Amino acid sequence: MIARYGRSVRAEIRKLTGTRAWWLLSLVLFSYVVLIAVLFAIMFSSIGELIGEQGGFALNSLASAQLVYSASTSFGYAIPLILGGLAVTAEVRHRTLVHTFAAEPRRGIVLLAKLSVLFVAGVLLGVVGLLASAGVGALTISLTGGDPMLGAPEVWGLFGRSLLTMGLWGAIGVGLGALVRSQAAVIIIALAFTQFVEPILRMVAGLWDWSAGIGRFLPGAAGDALTGTGLMSDLGSLDPTMEMATVPPLEPWAGGLVMLGYVVVLAGAAWLTRWRADES
Amino acid sequence: MSTSPSGGTIAAPPPRTGAPMGPSDCTVEVRDLSKHFGQVQAVSQLSFTARPGRVTGFLGPNGSGKTTTLSMLLGLTRPDSGTATIGGLPYHELPRPGLTVGSALEATFHAGHTARRHLLIQAAAIGVPDSRTDEVLSLVGLAEAANRRIGGFSLGMRQRLALAAAMLADPQVILLDEPINGLDPEGIRWIRGLLRQLAAAGKTVLLSSHLLSEIQQTVDDVVVIRRGRLAFAGTLHELEHRVTGETVLADAADRDGLVAALSRAGATLGEATSTGLRFHGLTAEAVGVAALGAGIPLRHLSEAGGGLEQVFLDLVDERQPPAAPHPGTAAQHPEEGQR
Repeated sequence: MIARYGRSVRAEIRKLTGTRAWWLLSLVLFSYVVLIAVLFAIMFSSIGELIGEQGGFALNSLASAQLVYSASTSFGYAIPLILGGLAVTAEVRHRTLVHTFAAEPRRGIVLLAKLSVLFVAGVLLGVVGLLASAGVGALTISLTGGDPMLGAPEVWGLFGRSLLTMGLWGAIGVGLGALVRSQAAVIIIALAFTQFVEPILRMVAGLWDWSAGIGRFLPGAAGDALTGTGLMSDLGSLDPTMEMATVPPLEPWAGGLVMLGYVVVLAGAAWLTRWRADES
Repeated sequence: MSTSPSGGTIAAPPPRTGAPMGPSDCTVEVRDLSKHFGQVQAVSQLSFTARPGRVTGFLGPNGSGKTTTLSMLLGLTRPDSGTATIGGLPYHELPRPGLTVGSALEATFHAGHTARRHLLIQAAAIGVPDSRTDEVLSLVGLAEAANRRIGGFSLGMRQRLALAAAMLADPQVILLDEPINGLDPEGIRWIRGLLRQLAAAGKTVLLSSHLLSEIQQTVDDVVVIRRGRLAFAGTLHELEHRVTGETVLADAADRDGLVAALSRAGATLGEATSTGLRFHGLTAEAVGVAALGAGIPLRHLSEAGGGLEQVFLDLVDERQPPAAPHPGTAAQHPEEGQR
């Protein structure tokens, strides 16, 4: 069984590296995160401190550095989600599941191999994201006269956990792709949900204590919790005058478990519906 | 029966480990197989056998259930009832299905992958060395196109690539769905030679087609299905045997009288052609005698030239009721197990 899993993993790696999707998405992720990180670095670092002296934002160097570095996970997470979704929907679109299931008729092994490979691919996208958020971001903080805090253990903890977050987004993408199966639908869902629907839901949920308790379990909130910070979870700290609920975010480990829960629920739902159905 | 192939390119190197290679007897066996999709009964109570060392042609019109049957053999589609086994085991219970069975069900590929990439993916998935990809690419004549994206391939090239993938493991069983579709005459001649060579090496070869003439020169055994039911199973020789003297073209000014007279004599009416009416079950001589006895002057009488293809077309004739394929021929269906 281990040998069969290994063969499926090798095949999935070759599928993933066989098209231009992985580096095109890496490029998009890098550019997007650089944009956000530079913007944050300028906002929260020098100018932020300037405003802070006048009673506006009051972020210390560590908090602002962490916000800049989390740009990868709190904004770029759509990318591993899409890559994971494509890993399944491309096979549906090009009708290659026939070959995949003929080579490995135990479809659970195939699903597990896809989840594993896309988790690792998500971690690697996390590295690309960190090169943008921490690499370019730290440079910008330094250039604007701030302290990039690269010696702080909290910052390095955030780096490590953000890789886990991106990996789990890749696996969630596989579950979503296996459930939805339509390539166009998965891309639209991934973009609309991560960039519009969820931020709005989290903002609204944050207005009352009861809804904030539920909002912590939204996938993006769980991802920010695992990473340790994120713009949406730190809105309150940015502007103390905002009427935000006082429910603390989940602990990192709990955020990770919630994300794992999304993987299990989506992949499990796909398994129970279309994954084992007739394929021809 | 079990001579090794002449070219060294077909055979894969022996497996590196003592991994189980699957059953030694690689007979493909379909037993009482049924499958429906919604209201459509795609396959009904279908039984046939494809044996090692022989090329079996799986024939039927488009939509008669060929692909569904092959996809049940590969475990891609779940039967409603019945079994489809390879060497006595369902596909998913074979120890290494990808090494035992090579299949080309549909020539569908990821358009963005190169030919070599597709084969490298399949090689990894079934566990054969990467070097096999170049070997099978040369075998099917795609070595030049190895690094081109499949999106730009012609149907013929896709067919060759599908065949290359099926040959990766040098499997004992080869299942091909319409492999000749889209091949040029040179390609058709080449694939015929290859399939003969594989059968000569003791492999079980099962290929589907909607045209008997397309595979007539390649197959030893023939399985014909119509609307998902078995219409004929036997050797090509047995099918050919039904041609001689049994189908006759005859015509007369009084067609109704001719049909009535020949029906009384035991013939069944086939289709009307440009040269006359087609009758089954009587020799040309018997038709002449019957017409003479009824006082009907014939203006045409000949043994049907359509031959084998006509027998096939009659077998799959949609206008005939599915339960009784052909009066006077049903009894001749060789029963599986008696041979």
